[in-house]
Amino acid sequence: MAKMNMLQAINSALAIAMEENENACVFGEDVGAFGGVFRATSGLQEKFGKDRVFNTPLVEQGILGFANGLAAQGTLAIPEIQFADYIFPAFDQIVNETAKFRFRSGNEFNVGNLVIRTPYGGGIHGGLYHSQSPEAYFAHTPGLKLVFPRNAYQAKGLLAASLESNDPVIFFEPKRLYRASVGDVPEGKYTIPLGKAEIVQQGTDITLLAWGAQVEMLEKAAEMASKDGISCEIIDLRTVAPWDVETVSQSVIKTGRLVVSQEAPLTGGFASEIAATIQDECFLHLESPIERVCGLDTPYPLAHEKEYMADHLKVYEAIKRSINY
Amino acid sequence: MAKLLNVDNPNNTSKNDTLNLEFVDEHALAIPTFKMLDDNGELYKDAQASSMDKETAIRIYETMRFIRVFDERMLAAQRQGRVSFYMQCLGEEAAVTGSAAALEDKDMIFAQYREQAALAYRGFTLEQFMHQNFSNEKDFGKGRQMPIHYGSKGLNYSTISSPLGTQIPQAAGYAYGQKLKGDKACTICYFGEGAASEGDFHAGLNMAAVHSAPTLFFARNNGYAISTPASEQFKGDGIAVRAVGYGMKALRVDGVDVLAVYEAVKKAREFAVENNAPVLIESIAYRLAAHSSSDDPTGYREKEEEETFRANCPIERFRRYMLKQGWLDEAEDEAAKEKIKADVLSALKVAEKVAKPALEEIVTDVYEDVPLHLQKQYEQLKQHILKYPEAYPATASRIEETK
Ligand SMILES: Cc1ncc(C[n+]2csc(CCOP(=O)(O)OP(=O)(O)O)c2C)c(N)n1
Repeated sequence: MAKMNMLQAINSALAIAMEENENACVFGEDVGAFGGVFRATSGLQEKFGKDRVFNTPLVEQGILGFANGLAAQGTLAIPEIQFADYIFPAFDQIVNETAKFRFRSGNEFNVGNLVIRTPYGGGIHGGLYHSQSPEAYFAHTPGLKLVFPRNAYQAKGLLAASLESNDPVIFFEPKRLYRASVGDVPEGKYTIPLGKAEIVQQGTDITLLAWGAQVEMLEKAAEMASKDGISCEIIDLRTVAPWDVETVSQSVIKTGRLVVSQEAPLTGGFASEIAATIQDECFLHLESPIERVCGLDTPYPLAHEKEYMADHLKVYEAIKRSINY
Repeated sequence: MAKLLNVDNPNNTSKNDTLNLEFVDEHALAIPTFKMLDDNGELYKDAQASSMDKETAIRIYETMRFIRVFDERMLAAQRQGRVSFYMQCLGEEAAVTGSAAALEDKDMIFAQYREQAALAYRGFTLEQFMHQNFSNEKDFGKGRQMPIHYGSKGLNYSTISSPLGTQIPQAAGYAYGQKLKGDKACTICYFGEGAASEGDFHAGLNMAAVHSAPTLFFARNNGYAISTPASEQFKGDGIAVRAVGYGMKALRVDGVDVLAVYEAVKKAREFAVENNAPVLIESIAYRLAAHSSSDDPTGYREKEEEETFRANCPIERFRRYMLKQGWLDEAEDEAAKEKIKADVLSALKVAEKVAKPALEEIVTDVYEDVPLHLQKQYEQLKQHILKYPEAYPATASRIEETK
């Protein structure tokens, strides 16, 4: 075990995968000698050489198109998109190509060797274009796995599993926690299974569900609620697509109440998908309407970031509304 | 010789077929860099005569001098935690100011983010710059974007957008509209050599060429895109050569030489407006500053490299020229710098005390009118803030006032 922050944990998972996979390549804007603007790929070029760890020209559609080709050829391709806000120039390559490579060819070809890493989320004074959480766009695209770590330990294990997965993965890294999340992380390899949610805290009165950095908001809110005598069960979804309906519905059947929280805007967000499925699965067990605590239906603002965010106080209020319904 | 292939595109300039199988060399085309002023601020022997009058020269010099001091102070303010982010124009002041000076006020500007000097030249005031950087209620952008994302409808300066390259095809479209309207105006579009790798670069230049839009594509080749050197960005001879592939005229200019930039852009503007055609201009001037306040260049380039370029200062070069012309007085120049420093500091102190935008600005401008669902979200948010005023101090006090 070592104390690592999330960046070090990610770096460690990458280094192990590159040792295990002879030709695995890490590439993207500024990831080479510099080690990335957040330093997640620090030292990798020194260790594995310029042919395997390299800066690309500044073109996200190129990075993803190249990655699709490389993965189809059989090489483990690990592109980085510098900010999730800048993934959109690559939208076509991801939505029409990455996600459909296997299906359209009848499994003659696939890009299961592809893991896209990208920092996402707000709370860092980033304004419109350094704060977004675009998972819903991709969750609407069958064929992609979407993975969100909530801390350093989870990041290493989930990234290792993503790198082993034979399906393409978008690995969303909560940049607000890159350095803030520090914990015990094994130096060697371990994996955390994709598609499995984790019950972070057992409880009996209400289920709280989120993924990535938002889990922290649930934990704070649950602590406030516990002072009111409310026992919260906290679930980290970890994989947004395909998601673990079983674990969530079991919990809701037990508690009868659900609050789902996401950073992204309310309308069309993944929280809505969860609410729809859970009311279907658990209708007769629900004691109150499912609450969604989300960003507003606006672009992500700067001066009003605090007000905009789905913070712990908003989650706490939702818990009370649900309990008092 | 009989035609080997029946290609009948009137745009094909070469109608020759050949029986010799030979590569066209990748460096078949090398574009020279236009210069006028040497390091001492003297025109090169045989240099083209300058058409810049005294009044324009003074306005350019004052703009560069202002931006240099302003950038320095704002970076310091960022270091003190007073603003969250900053980006300097250091080393590229001549490229940006000289090009803006060659335009007419009715010409539109689409910038990337490092072109505050163009906006200053147009007349954006110190106070206006400050309000944007402090995201306060007097910011035209209503405090929504990060610092340095300026915009001004009145000054024909389109609001900065962080996603790189997006402004390039937009500039082509804007210019096309100017042409249809018969404005006799053009649109200039600034971008870095890094952003020129984006697909939007190709889209924008090809659209402008095919649709004959009077657009000036101004590539600031400053050697770096954050940590990525130009040598890892492209293999060709800079950005300018690409123009040929689009059937577009090109110029390359020494971006440290404000006279050369001014003449180049003036010529390009004239050509673009007269002929309804785009022009690609590439300026070469080193990015002396860190990429932004979040960046530390010691991780990717040598101090010595920076020092070589620091010695080649665009403002100093022009200052020498101005002194020689008798258009600038040294003592007055020094006094002016001190005054700018003082002005910047006092404007900063004012702007940081101006209130944050009112809470309702969180839901305005998403659409022209605030739709019902956003009115509802706003109401809920307001009630929430009133319940926890200490958690949202910037807006809570203001809501309570208006209650
Ligand atoms: C689409 C997109 N991708 C990535 C980024 C992150 N980013 C911001 S500035 C920058 C480098 C730009 O370099 P260049 O275009 O050469 O301009 P310079 O900063 O040198 O003026 C990068 C990669 C972005 N803003 N937008």
